[in-house]
Amino acid sequence: MGAQVVTITSGKGGVGKTTAVANLGVALAANGARVVCIDGDIGLRNLDVVMGLENRIVYDVVDVIEGRCRLRQAMIRDKRLPELHLIPAAQTRDKSAVTPSDMIRLCDELRSEVDWVLIDSPAGIERGFKNSIAAADRVLVLTNPEISAVRDADRVIGILEAEEKGTPALIINRLNPIMVKQHDMLSADDVIDLLAIKLIGIVPEDDDVIVGTNRGNPVALDPKSRSGQAFRNIAKRLNGQEVPLMDLDAGSSLWARLTNFGRK
Amino acid sequence: MFQFFRSKRSAASAKERLQLVLIHDRTDLTPAELDALKDDLLATISRHVDIEPDAVQIDLERDGRSQRLVADIPLKSTVRRRSG
Repeated sequence: MGAQVVTITSGKGGVGKTTAVANLGVALAANGARVVCIDGDIGLRNLDVVMGLENRIVYDVVDVIEGRCRLRQAMIRDKRLPELHLIPAAQTRDKSAVTPSDMIRLCDELRSEVDWVLIDSPAGIERGFKNSIAAADRVLVLTNPEISAVRDADRVIGILEAEEKGTPALIINRLNPIMVKQHDMLSADDVIDLLAIKLIGIVPEDDDVIVGTNRGNPVALDPKSRSGQAFRNIAKRLNGQEVPLMDLDAGSSLWARLTNFGRK
Repeated sequence: MFQFFRSKRSAASAKERLQLVLIHDRTDLTPAELDALKDDLLATISRHVDIEPDAVQIDLERDGRSQRLVADIPLKSTVRRRSG
């Protein structure tokens, strides 16, 4: 039966879906799995730049669906990991260029070729979102510990349940342990209690993500990066491995003291 | 000083506000519609038994991902009803 199709979605935009797809793709492929990441955000493509592959695009997902190229021709091979591929979104089309059954057909074709298909869903709950979840075996809902992101995540979880996609797993992204400690940010436990779904990982807020994105190098490639470690752990959990949650306080306590001192 | 008090528990108020908002989002009931529902419930029940309107508590509660409408409706005792 082959690949597992995993969609990452969030409702709200700007919470880190694209970053998560790039990093989970890198982390899975670094362990030797064959991975295809699909940018589901037709008209607003970004997974290509986050993965650093924007200069290699010839064909996109709409070209495949409309028969202008073969599937293999639209699969851009990653420059670092030979088993990682990207199928970019079309930039000059809109979401109506793709239907949910197109996505199911595309993913069915990919299932025999690779081990993982990761789909980067666009924000919102309309056509692009529906396309992105159509073929999913599993859905990961990503949120930030922030009021509007959690509210939108709850909406998306409700829709996924209503569409009988099963209960998704939760990624809490951009958690700032210092602010949580100061009771100025929702804790992971707060978010889990509110959304009442199973957690698959917590990614700490990390400047390295911005630096890595500037260069087109996902942080999961950097063995020293904490957010990269968090993404690598999520990839292992996707594989069914049991990995304990990172201790987000470790290394931050000195920072907490320094920044507190600085604030006075 | 001001900063000290203000920053104390913004996470708690985010959580409280979310708890309320999520209940209404999930049930598609606005606070006004919930009030109308309560009024209808009370009117229906009081056609059959005497109740204490001020002691009635009807609320939406969260239970994992599902919500339930929980009503606590004390009935007036028959002794009081006869004497009243």
